[in-house]
Amino acid sequence: MRIKDHPILSSQPARTVTFTFEGRTLEGQEGEPIAAALHNAGIKVLRHSPRLNRPRGFFCAIGNCSSCLMVVNGRPNVRVCVTPLSQGMKIEYQEGKGNLDVED
Amino acid sequence: MLKTDVAIVGAGPAGLSAAIKAASFGADVIILERDKWLGGQLVKQTHSFFGSKNEYAGIRGIDIANIFADELEKMENVQIMLETPALGYYEDNILTAYSPQGKMLKIKPNTLIFATGAMEKMIPFENNDLPGIYGAGAVQTLMNVYGVVPGENVLMIGAGNIGLIVSYQLVQAGVDVAAIVEALPEIGGYWVHASKVRRMGIPILTNHSIIKALGKEQVQGAVVAQIDEKWQPVKETAREFQVDTICLSVGLSPLIELLWQSGCHIVYSKELGGYVPILNEDLETTVPGIYVAGDASGIEEATSAIIEGHLTGCAAAKKVGYEVPKEEFIKARKGLESLRAGPVSQHIRKGLSLIRR
Ligand SMILES: Cc1cc2nc3c(=O)[nH]c(=O)nc-3n(C[C@H](O)[C@H](O)[C@H](O)COP(=O)(O)OP(=O)(O)OC[C@H]3O[C@@H](n4cnc5c(N)ncnc54)[C@H](O)[C@@H]3O)c2cc1C
Repeated sequence: MRIKDHPILSSQPARTVTFTFEGRTLEGQEGEPIAAALHNAGIKVLRHSPRLNRPRGFFCAIGNCSSCLMVVNGRPNVRVCVTPLSQGMKIEYQEGKGNLDVED
Repeated sequence: MLKTDVAIVGAGPAGLSAAIKAASFGADVIILERDKWLGGQLVKQTHSFFGSKNEYAGIRGIDIANIFADELEKMENVQIMLETPALGYYEDNILTAYSPQGKMLKIKPNTLIFATGAMEKMIPFENNDLPGIYGAGAVQTLMNVYGVVPGENVLMIGAGNIGLIVSYQLVQAGVDVAAIVEALPEIGGYWVHASKVRRMGIPILTNHSIIKALGKEQVQGAVVAQIDEKWQPVKETAREFQVDTICLSVGLSPLIELLWQSGCHIVYSKELGGYVPILNEDLETTVPGIYVAGDASGIEEATSAIIEGHLTGCAAAKKVGYEVPKEEFIKARKGLESLRAGPVSQHIRKGLSLIRR
């Protein structure tokens, strides 16, 4: 949910962009972290832990804790709390530690 | 490869004030900052700062960051590199960093100031990894920088200044704060902040702790109980709070990985928040030419971070051969001393006495 009225902060209007999350089309603001856009859409589970499959969410917001690794445009292990959102991004859940599509 | 007199890692109050000082004596400065903006913790702080008047107390944190940025803009010998995390510092005196274009950068500085700040601590309780549990800093970033609230109702853990201030900020953003839980018998933060949240009707439960978080895929509640002197839950005092968010504000610890990797001597100090570098009176580490300022050298506050920045800026400029009047050093050291003179700084004095060389 976005803050509408705030006694101190004034929000600068940003461009609205669309992106997909697990195939669903969602809207967010250009340049905000992917995790903020997902949060605003009510999505709190960002990954499952590789070993015990426990749900994980947004925790540190500064790219330190690895709780928010997702697959962005096909690339795994992207820290969505510090990666800016752009038009047309494809965001997906990651399986375990993630796989790189490398040709052998 | 880039060459510079002084490289500074981190653009919070410590790094920015170090840059301004070093550059004012003529040194070339490169600042590396991993965020998209200058200011570090300051950019999230919508409240008027406590601390000393000379170091901008009474001004909101977000505005202090702008004052620094304006000053730096005027200085031609300062180069600011945003979205550029420093990665390591090696034997051949090369600092590596990662550019926003995805390239590895090499910088050869004559002196190096680490002002990397701190990270949040975690506490053990059942289900403490559920989505909906955040560090207080993360809640602030989400809310005060990006304008998104973490949830509808929050249980705050920790009644230090940060817990109190963030509770207040949550209410300002339209979020309900169910209670603030504090394990110690007393509120750790300043009374001004505590009274402010109490006036808003938020109960502060001292001698209480969180026992577990409830929920399967995300937080749906929390169990809180009174604790005894041994920090064990007291029987039949457990109660449930219906919240979708748990915010942890249980302290910070210095971010010292790069210092460790650079070979600086590090020790543990409970008083200063965790592992900290051994420093001399110029805040130089055991590796000559590497200095540390701000929360990275021990958790304190913005005022001390600014003065430590000044001191390291002077010391680094002097080390590379620029003339720095003795009075500058005396002024900074006196400033720190008087700031740490009061009873609230007792733990800081104790911690520092153990790590100064
Ligand atoms: C809620 C809250 C309220 C506060 N209120 C007050 C107050 O009222 N008064 C007061 O005096 N203090 C207050 N403080 C404390 C104050 O904000 C901090 O003590 C101060 O910001 C520390 O400054 P710093 O420069 O050491 O670190 P920070 O401000 O944390 O800055 C460190 C910077 O280093 C960057 N960095 C880290 N690692 C790297 C890397 N590898 N490469 C590049 N960049 C890196 C970070 O991105 C960050 O920008 C408050 C803190 C909080 C959380």
